Amino acid sequence: MFDTSRQANELADIQSRLVFLKVGLLMILVLLGLRLWQLQIRDGAYYQDLARDNRTRSIVLEPARGLLHDRNGELLANNIPSFQLYVSLEDVQDRDALMAQLPHYVDLNMDTLADKLSPKYRRGRVKIKSGLSLKEAALIESHRIELPGVAIQPEYQRHYPLGTYASHVIGYVGEISEAQLKNPEFVDLQAGRVIGQHGVERTLDAHLLGETGQKVIEVDAFGYPKRSLSIQPPLAGDDLYLTLDIRLQRLAEDLLGEESGAIVALDPWNGDVLALASRPGFNPNDLSGGISPQAWQQLLQDARHPLTNRAIQGQYPPGSTFKIVMAAALLETKTMTTEESLTCNGTFPFGRRVFRDWKRGGHGSVALNKALAESCDVYFYKVGNQMGIDPIAAYSRQFGLGEKTGIALPSERAGLVPSSEWKQKNRGERWYPGETISISIGQGFLSVTPIQMAKAVSIVATNGHVVQPRLLKGIRLRRTGNLKEEPEPPTHQLPISAKTFSDIKEGLAAVVTRGTAKLAQSSIVSIAGKTGTAQVIALKDDDDKTEIAKKHRDHAWFVAFAPVEQPKIAVAVIVEHMGHGGSAAAPLAKALIEAYINFGPPQDLNAL
Amino acid sequence: MNNNVNRRGPDAFDWCFLSIIAAIISIGILSIYSVTNAGPATKFPIYLKQVTWMVVGTLAFLVAAGIDYHKFARFSYVLYGAGLILLIIVVISGKTSRGSQRWIPIGSFMVQPSEFIKIPLILTLASYYGAASRKGWLRRLIIPGLIVLPGFLLILKQPDLGSSLGFLSIFIVIVLTVGMKSKAFGFVVLAALMLFPFAWGGVWGSLHSYQQDRILSFVDPGSDPGGKGYHGLQSRIAIGSGQLLGKGLYGGTQTQFKFLPEGHTDFVFAVFAEEWGFLGSVIILALYVILMLMGLEIAFNAKDITGSLLAVGVVAMLSFGVIVNIAMTSGLAPIVGIPLPLMSYGGSAMVVNLTALGLLLNVKRRRLSLL
Repeated sequence: MFDTSRQANELADIQSRLVFLKVGLLMILVLLGLRLWQLQIRDGAYYQDLARDNRTRSIVLEPARGLLHDRNGELLANNIPSFQLYVSLEDVQDRDALMAQLPHYVDLNMDTLADKLSPKYRRGRVKIKSGLSLKEAALIESHRIELPGVAIQPEYQRHYPLGTYASHVIGYVGEISEAQLKNPEFVDLQAGRVIGQHGVERTLDAHLLGETGQKVIEVDAFGYPKRSLSIQPPLAGDDLYLTLDIRLQRLAEDLLGEESGAIVALDPWNGDVLALASRPGFNPNDLSGGISPQAWQQLLQDARHPLTNRAIQGQYPPGSTFKIVMAAALLETKTMTTEESLTCNGTFPFGRRVFRDWKRGGHGSVALNKALAESCDVYFYKVGNQMGIDPIAAYSRQFGLGEKTGIALPSERAGLVPSSEWKQKNRGERWYPGETISISIGQGFLSVTPIQMAKAVSIVATNGHVVQPRLLKGIRLRRTGNLKEEPEPPTHQLPISAKTFSDIKEGLAAVVTRGTAKLAQSSIVSIAGKTGTAQVIALKDDDDKTEIAKKHRDHAWFVAFAPVEQPKIAVAVIVEHMGHGGSAAAPLAKALIEAYINFGPPQDLNAL
Repeated sequence: MNNNVNRRGPDAFDWCFLSIIAAIISIGILSIYSVTNAGPATKFPIYLKQVTWMVVGTLAFLVAAGIDYHKFARFSYVLYGAGLILLIIVVISGKTSRGSQRWIPIGSFMVQPSEFIKIPLILTLASYYGAASRKGWLRRLIIPGLIVLPGFLLILKQPDLGSSLGFLSIFIVIVLTVGMKSKAFGFVVLAALMLFPFAWGGVWGSLHSYQQDRILSFVDPGSDPGGKGYHGLQSRIAIGSGQLLGKGLYGGTQTQFKFLPEGHTDFVFAVFAEEWGFLGSVIILALYVILMLMGLEIAFNAKDITGSLLAVGVVAMLSFGVIVNIAMTSGLAPIVGIPLPLMSYGGSAMVVNLTALGLLLNVKRRRLSLL
């Protein structure tokens, strides 16, 4: 126990040390007093000056946007230096004079200039133009003495070295709009900030933006900068690695060429989007530099809709590619077995209508394998009619049709999987059995996007492993410099038997070996797939198909995966108005798959 | 101080002590009023909220001064444990603001446990050293160090660099007071500690800005590296332009035109210095100095080790706030978000600081009872 004398001794010790505390405390407070003397007395007049005219101007330092790479480290988007023209409004004495003067040196849109200098903005620093030419910048600099408040600031401009390639995935950037400024999503951002406006530039903007820095400068009474008072450097955005393999992406777009259409290639096991092509495309470099209103209108009004990302926004009838889902439904509901055959004589009369097979005269005796291989319509008319719409709709949803895949791109469309309930609700009438028959071969109300079909065929390739297509592979954090791989998105297993999948796969392999897609047969890799022809308008039997206008011709579909035994890639191809899937789409898929197999095993991200 | 044993009511010392506290709080409320009255009229303006906190704090002060501090000391470990649990709650589900998770919402109030745990820490350390003779490195430094460490790390994790250093400073000052063997050694460490804000400037300034960024953004995302940014500059302009006599109440252009951010909280000193000049600043500094010296006087005259260290801990806590805040607003230290004790707006800090001052008075009033 603590006896009183020891306690007293130690207390005396403590008391003796308190002197040091007292001295230390006094020393510091005297130092603080000296600092205040320095600020308030010695330099007081100087700070008084700064405060009186408020001669400080705060300049936002734009950070460099994060770089975009493909999965192999290939550069997709970077930043190049460019000159921006700024005006500090409080330093402009006569705005009308400035408005008259500036166009002598710089090529400007007068409407935007008038808006930016309009009296509704009282103070602050506004960006008048970005991407000045060297000549313009030099002209302004040499006339700066006549232009108080005008400044040229070098900043980064977004650049897309691949031009139109992958334009729909990458997107583009642009100055934040007035509408966006009011949106709570952008609450931290100030006017003039360049943000992602489309593609992953938009959806992954939070990573790419970085943090602005700030420079405080002292200006004289005319607004000319005198010196820098403080600087807080900006922090560049994080560099992103996408799942795309740009070699495959280029090939996909080149294969589509001048045709309109889309190609989606997935890694069926983890949902990595290897290629997501949509043609026609646009050049994001044109859009990111501040596009002229005329050029923008032209892009918007282009009849071929180059801004539309057909891979995720194009909603097409799946045509016969839908027979994959039908096959799963009919086997799982035990409507048919693989051994049971039906007779196809080329027509299926139903009520007052006659539904025709694509092959006049029919396929004869048909079981599931042959029905898939030769794409027999009558077989599916019959089983579809037997099952009814609602099981078909339920299995379609299991394969991800009728709902967005959730890929990190803006404006994805969900397509449509009709059901009796849907029709009652949206059309106010009951479902007619005849409509089921159209749905059975992927026509009617049914519509899908190419990425949904790629996902559906992935599910078959992996025997029911459902993945979410993803674009972001890894992030190199600017703060630490470490490359961090994104965790793979959650997956789930469909409650569909392995036997069903292997039966379907046999059928899809037969499509390529002896069925409608013999053109997809490859000497280096086994491919399984399904052709489809999406009707644009219903044709009468006697219409000569070569004579009709191209815009009324059918779309060609092909969905595939390969190798059959150990799938590595799943592909969906649609070529608009090119007729049969077997001839117009299947060779494209084959070329893409062969190229991918030739690339060899994918590179590990951490090796970059 | 003499042995005026028989005085039972407050003596001259007590009155002086209370008046200084009242003066500092009043000046603080005046400054808060000056900053915040410019905006649109609200039903419950900020300065009135601060008055409310002062009333709550005064009740806490009376309780802390009235009940024998040995009773508090007996429960110190329990209180400290409860504080740690609150800090864990903050880490798990606290409210995030400006990149840092510091608050627990209770009703419509936000409570900041990193403030409240300072009192149990002081009580714990005081009663630990007061309970028995703590000889040797293990008992004198390591064990109390292990008591402090979880609290320190939990506050650092929020992340709140400033508060965690404040927490640590209480421990360091108490350990130094309990004593290293050599007085010379103690003096050197003490001087180094006291000069820390100034040394910081030197070492810190020699780092590259990206290094500073990395360090500070790691420990405190809301920080302003090197005090070089906009806030720091506007604060220096506010203080400097006050000159000798200041611009008078409501006269602070920096404040009234909103160049100075956070005028009612972390930068309240700059508001005051702009309006009242060097003269006013020196008076405020003097008030704080007298308060601290009175605290050390109480520590010197305490009747036992627990009481003495309790007083030292309270002085350490308050002087850390005063020194770092004024150094930070005047550009001597990085802006780490430390409020000025008794002046900055903030309920948690007001209640905690008044409780601590109550304990100080408690130690002073008990010293006579046994003699």
